Amino acid sequence: MKRAQLIAGLVLVALVVVTAVVSLFWTPFDPIRVVPGQRLLGPGWPHLLGTDGFGIDIASRLMVGARTVLAVGIISVGLAAVFGVPLGMLAGQTGGWVDEVVMRAGDVVYAFPALLLAILLASVFGASTVTAMVAIGVASIPAFARVARAGTLQVMASDFVLAARSSGTSRWGIARRHVLPNIAPVVGVQASVGFALAILAEAALSYLGLATPRPTPTWGNMLRDAQQFLFAAPLQALWPGLAIALAVLGFNLLGDGLRDYLDPRLREVP
Amino acid sequence: MSLLDVRDLQVSFGRSRTEAVRGVSFSLAAGQRLGVIGESGSGKTVTALAVMGLLPEYAHVAGSVRLGGSEIVGLDESGLARLRGNTVSMVFQEPMTALDPTMRVGRQVAEVLRLHQGAESGPARQRVIAMLDEVGLDDPERVADAFPHQLSGGQRQRAILAMALINSPDLVICDEPTTALDVTVQALVLAKLDEVLDASGAACLFISHDLAVVSQVCDQVLVMLDGRIVESGTVDRLFTAPEHPYTRGLVATAQLDRAEPGQRLPTVDDFYTGAPHG
Repeated sequence: MKRAQLIAGLVLVALVVVTAVVSLFWTPFDPIRVVPGQRLLGPGWPHLLGTDGFGIDIASRLMVGARTVLAVGIISVGLAAVFGVPLGMLAGQTGGWVDEVVMRAGDVVYAFPALLLAILLASVFGASTVTAMVAIGVASIPAFARVARAGTLQVMASDFVLAARSSGTSRWGIARRHVLPNIAPVVGVQASVGFALAILAEAALSYLGLATPRPTPTWGNMLRDAQQFLFAAPLQALWPGLAIALAVLGFNLLGDGLRDYLDPRLREVP
Repeated sequence: MSLLDVRDLQVSFGRSRTEAVRGVSFSLAAGQRLGVIGESGSGKTVTALAVMGLLPEYAHVAGSVRLGGSEIVGLDESGLARLRGNTVSMVFQEPMTALDPTMRVGRQVAEVLRLHQGAESGPARQRVIAMLDEVGLDDPERVADAFPHQLSGGQRQRAILAMALINSPDLVICDEPTTALDVTVQALVLAKLDEVLDASGAACLFISHDLAVVSQVCDQVLVMLDGRIVESGTVDRLFTAPEHPYTRGLVATAQLDRAEPGQRLPTVDDFYTGAPHG
C-alpha cells in the first residue's frame, strides 16, 4: 500500500520531469508562434489536446509549462530549505532568546501574505519567473524553520544526544551527525508538500500576471487565457488545471512515500 | 590522588531552586568501583550527570567535582567535551533510546575514537569489531553493520557498553544500566561489565536502585536518600550490619528469599518511614 503510494508519486513526478526535459528538444508544434487560422480547435489530430485562442498547440504549451513548474519548485523550495532548516535547528538547539527571536521573525514573515510579497517584488523588479521564485521561497522559509525546530527539540531531548555529548561530541557535531539525519524525513516531507504548494502558488501568480510573462507558456497563464473562452472551449481550461492537479498530487504522494522509505525504523530487516 | 573527588556537591533546579542533591561528598580512586543506591528522586542520576557536566542549563550547581585533577563545575563546553569520552564515559539506562536510530551501530561505537584520536575509519572498524566481540556479542561484524532497531535490548545495551569502554576511559559511569533488561540478560550484561572493567582497569560509578545488582559489580556502596548520602561502606558490611534504618529496609527487601513462607514480605516502610513518597 505504502509502496504503491510511493510508486504512484514517482510516476507522476517523473512524468512532469520527462515532459519538461523532452520539451527542451522537441515539442509537437511551436509553443509560441500564433497561427490565426487554427484557433480553438478541439482535441484531435494532429493537435492532440486542441489549440488555444491564438491557434497554438495546447500540448506543446503544457510541455513547456512543466519546465517553469520544476524550476520554480526546485529554486523556491531550495531557497526555503537552505535558510529555514539551519535557522530552525539553531533555534531548537540554542533555545532562550535566540529561539525567541528566530521564531518571532518567522511569525512576521508567516503573517505577511505571500501574494502581497509577490506584488511588491513584481512592481519593483518587474514580473518574472525569478520574482515568483523569490516570493514563494521567502514565504516558505518559516514553514521549514518550524518543522526543523520541532524536530530538533525532539531529537535534543533524546538519550542518544545525551550519549553523544557524554562521548565528547560538540554542538556542531551533534547538529550535523545526529539532528540533521533524524529530522531529514520530516524536512523531506515538508519539501515535497512545499513543492506542491509552490506549484499552486506559481500557477496563481502567473494566472495573475505576477510571474513568468508572456509569451512563455506556464500552466497558470494558460488558465488565464482559457478563461475568456470558458463557454466556447471549456476543455481548454481543463488541460492546465489537470496538469496542476496531477503534479500537486504527485509531489504529495512522493513526499508521503519518501518519509516511510527514509525512516530506517520502518525499513525491513535485511 | 583520587581519580574523582566530589566535595559538598549541591544541585538545585529552576527558579524555585528545588534541591535534588544537598551536599554530597565522596571520592573514588583509580580502578575502584563504587555503587550508588537509592530510590527514584534520591539524586543519584543528578549526581552522575554533574560528574559528566551534563546537567541542563537551568540547574544550579555548587560545590566541587574534581575529575583527574581538573575542576568540572564551571568548566566550559569545549573543556568538558575533551574530558567526556576520554577520561569519563557513561552507560545509559534505556538501551532502546540511547542509540541514534539513523546511524549504524558500528559507526556510533567508532564515533568516540574519531573524536578523541582522529582514528581513520578502516583501523577504527577493526577496534570496534574487537570491542563488540569483547562485550560478548556474537557475530560482531553483523552487529556493527546493523541499525539499532535490528538488535535486541540486550544486544543494544552491550553495544552501549562497548561504546563507553572502547576509548579506555579512566572512569565509567553506569546509570541503571540493566534496569530495562530482563533478569537473565541483566545477569549476562553485569557479568560482561565486570569482566571488561577488570580487563581495562577502569574505575566505575555504578548507579542502581537495586542493592543485589550493585553487589555483583561493586565492593563499596553509598546509600542516597533525599539528596544526601545516609550511609556508606563495603557491600559486605552493608549486608551484615546496616546502620541507617533506610539501609536496613533495603537489605531486608534485597533478601526476600529469607522470608518465612506464609509471612508478609518486608518493605522499606517497615524500617524507615521518613522517606518522602510521591
